[in-house]
Amino acid sequence: EKMERRSNSKTPKRPPLVQHKNQTDLSAWRKGVRIDPEKSVKSHQTPINQKNDSKQDSLEQALSYFENVEDHVSLKKNSVLQESLTAVETIALQRGLPPKAFNILLNVALSGKLADTVNTRLLKSLIPASVIPETSVVSSVSWLCVSKCSDKVQMLFLKWLITVFDFIDHKEQIHALYGFFFFLLQYERMCPYACHLLYLLTRRENVKPFRIRKLLDLQAKMGMQPYLQALLSLYKFFCPELITITLPGKTKIYFKNPDGPWKAAINAVRQRNQENSAVSRPLFLSTAQAQSRKRKWNSQLIIPASSASRNILEKDRGKNSVSLFSTNESLPVEQVQTFSQLLENIHRLELPSQMGSVLTNPLLLHYMNYIKDESVHMRLYYWMSQTLQEECTWCVADNYQNEEEFKDFLESIYKAECLLQEGFSSCEEFLYRSLPLWDGSCCRSQVLRLLSWMPLRGSSEIKSRLCDPLAQLFLTSSLYFKCSVLESLKELLQNWLNCHAIHLASESDSQDHLLNTTFSGVVDTVAELIHFVGHISTVALRLENNSMLLLYFILNFYETVCDIYLRYGLPLLIMPPAGIFYPALLSMDSVNLNQLCYIMHRYRTNLVAAKENELSKKKILQFKFSSQTYQEYNQYLSAMVGCLWTSNAFQKDAHPQGLRMDDELLKKTTVHEYKTSLNIVHHPAMLGYAIHFLQQAWPDDTSFNFSLIKKWDWYLEYLYGQGLKGLKLFIESSINRVSQAS
Amino acid sequence: DPQRTAFLLRKQWTLYSVTPLYRFSDTHLKDYARLLSISIAAEKQKGLAVEVGFELDLDIKVDVSSIPDLKGSDQDHAAILVQLSSRSPASSKNSERKLIWLGCFCCVSGDDLSKNLPKDFTYLPLFLVNGAEKYTSIIGSWFQTTFDCCFHRLAISPFNLSWMAAMWTGCKVDKTASATELVFSVPRLPQPLDISYAIHPEDAKALWDTVQKTPGEITQEEVDVFMDCLYSHFHRHFKIHLSATKLVKVSTAIASAHCDGTIKFLQSKHLMGVMMLLTELAISQIE
Repeated sequence: EKMERRSNSKTPKRPPLVQHKNQTDLSAWRKGVRIDPEKSVKSHQTPINQKNDSKQDSLEQALSYFENVEDHVSLKKNSVLQESLTAVETIALQRGLPPKAFNILLNVALSGKLADTVNTRLLKSLIPASVIPETSVVSSVSWLCVSKCSDKVQMLFLKWLITVFDFIDHKEQIHALYGFFFFLLQYERMCPYACHLLYLLTRRENVKPFRIRKLLDLQAKMGMQPYLQALLSLYKFFCPELITITLPGKTKIYFKNPDGPWKAAINAVRQRNQENSAVSRPLFLSTAQAQSRKRKWNSQLIIPASSASRNILEKDRGKNSVSLFSTNESLPVEQVQTFSQLLENIHRLELPSQMGSVLTNPLLLHYMNYIKDESVHMRLYYWMSQTLQEECTWCVADNYQNEEEFKDFLESIYKAECLLQEGFSSCEEFLYRSLPLWDGSCCRSQVLRLLSWMPLRGSSEIKSRLCDPLAQLFLTSSLYFKCSVLESLKELLQNWLNCHAIHLASESDSQDHLLNTTFSGVVDTVAELIHFVGHISTVALRLENNSMLLLYFILNFYETVCDIYLRYGLPLLIMPPAGIFYPALLSMDSVNLNQLCYIMHRYRTNLVAAKENELSKKKILQFKFSSQTYQEYNQYLSAMVGCLWTSNAFQKDAHPQGLRMDDELLKKTTVHEYKTSLNIVHHPAMLGYAIHFLQQAWPDDTSFNFSLIKKWDWYLEYLYGQGLKGLKLFIESSINRVSQAS
Repeated sequence: DPQRTAFLLRKQWTLYSVTPLYRFSDTHLKDYARLLSISIAAEKQKGLAVEVGFELDLDIKVDVSSIPDLKGSDQDHAAILVQLSSRSPASSKNSERKLIWLGCFCCVSGDDLSKNLPKDFTYLPLFLVNGAEKYTSIIGSWFQTTFDCCFHRLAISPFNLSWMAAMWTGCKVDKTASATELVFSVPRLPQPLDISYAIHPEDAKALWDTVQKTPGEITQEEVDVFMDCLYSHFHRHFKIHLSATKLVKVSTAIASAHCDGTIKFLQSKHLMGVMMLLTELAISQIE
């Protein structure tokens, strides 16, 4: 049977050895889906209850028969044996066997009481419905020790054990039998299977010099055998100070799938039991990393596999010259698979030998974040900055063929940053250094996403190192690029604000004066970013002819900006420049207009809250919003009200870049009633709604006589019904007040 | 003691920068040597495992030693020398061995940085290699995985080469005859074209002396003026603007350096000075 290499060639970064030690996907366990065996059997009884009950009975009968069976019962002559065997076989194939069955059936099959044909059939039907009790495996091993069964049955048992390894409920006692399984290596026919089993069982404490010597003897006797190589390289992985081996790059399969009948059956049973199928896979060692990819030895792009720390030869030399590790004290991180395991062992965790491997391991990232060990961060810092620097496809000449790899690398950095909710300083340094050289297309989405995790620094640094190089790219690139940049700057702003809000919450007790200096620094930097976005957006809207898509991204940014005071506790209110406000107000698209309404409503809420705080003096404000901010808001507001409600924007708009126009000029447009022609009915973004409303209210009228819409309340209800929530908030909060006041 | 560093002279060294070594310890140099020789043996017989401690008769022997003389200040860590030697085929019976590969980790006046480093780290940012790439790869990989460090080739930019040209020209050398030579490469030609510009060392020194204002101190401006003088002299004779080409190699009586990141030390008196400059370049690549 030929097996394909299943590990995806695109992800060669997986740790080579230990990760593959699991026979099946353990994700079901991690999620806690480990189903109670009894329950899972019962839950499937409901649909065809009676039939199943009778099956249950026949299984019970068969099991009790096998439990008490006498020696040397002939299959041909004994109909009870025949029936029991058939019952076990059919039920096993249909639903799998319950845990208790394994004890009974393994006992019979390995005791040599019955003929080999029966034993074989019994072993072949050992399909688990849920889990296999560890005790049944242990007692089986004791049967092997007394050699009651034939070699053939022993072999079959080993194959079965390998296939169902991950269905065994506990493994501690089986681990204690390591020596026994190791002993099996000397039987040539069993050797490959014993190796496979040992590969699954081996922990660092099992690696002993006498075992190494035995394996080397076998190697000398049998030559290069893939199964021996695999076990030896696992030994090397745990104890590089005792043994070493370099695996040839070609070999990809180290263990053949034990060709037993169980795999398909387990699959079928699992599927029938509607669980995530968990089937044994052939084991691969992805050792061929360097060889197959033809990379240079010092090329760093391969994220190192998490491997046992090799702080070899460190201490304990006097005590014990053989075992250089104190095995009980530390736990290699690759043995940690769940969060609870991490918590239990957090005091004795041993970090990987190459810190770069934490990048793709969320558990380790959490751990790294928690321990605050300077050297851990230094190691990661050096590795990451060197890798970024040397592998950057646009900084290093002739490196373009590695773009895909570099993309993946940047991607994993981004994911790690999202997990940590924090940017890496090595990545920040890299972006600062390489942005001026970036063409804006190489690894675009990755770079832009990484930008959003740039740490908050002083405003002048942000301006010169981030804004200036970015502005050049932004203004000379496509519409799509502009939108992506705005999106990532929005993320950046949110990350900064979140980070600040957390900082504020956690340090609210600390000294005030210390906080104030950083506080004004934060305000300055955030303001710098907002002004920068305002500036480039204004220019971009001109360049892109007020593209609706672009406007959408710009207004998205301002959705965060308008709420900074209330949502993030930062005394900062910056209105969009007129170059953004007016294109949005006069947009042909109702989405943009609606968004603008929402933003103006939030500005208002923030300003009102600030004013109230100021007046009540409940809080001593370090910063006051300048009257200019209020003025600016009011100007915009009157323009909006004039445009949507009072139809006097052409007369009343006082903003220098506003809509004010001379009557003479307006007359020239030959629009009738120009004085009342720009409002919520006639606004270009609203016209579609107005027409639709007319058609519904006056189906017979075909003249599109908008003056029929007199009761605006109805019309507004209709608009709100169309999902214009921003408009609703704006009108309800701003218009009535203004109209009452004026 | 110049004797202890004499092995560096008159060999072609390939330069690497190395990030700080994590948990490297001077007390285990012998063990490192043992593990390295086993790694080489395992690499040679790919696929066959080799037990550590089984040191019967390895073809290639590794020695790791410390060179306390090779450092600039007390803060610097002593240089670490890795030597690979093989049994010479001619005299297989007696234990005479032939050096086949040399690697030297060092730090000459890299004080500022080693001060700020946590104590688990050993700072030896410059790595010099003389020998076959295949051994560099085995040994480099072993160091990378064992001490969690990164190696990168240390190229020397034309900018730094011109500094070297100026600095080395200014050094007093006892009546050597070897010329100061600058090699320029002309970019964007179908065929590679190198221009070699040789100057009598005394003439070059005379030019430099007129450029340098304060002895013992060099400024960027002086380096630029020095190079511009050389360029205009060349232009007067050959009508070629060397400023439009790329400086790829500088060789003087002190040392000879190539932009690929190789160097040959020629004068033991100025060895430490050159090493200091190279340490600085290595540091700027890793920081």
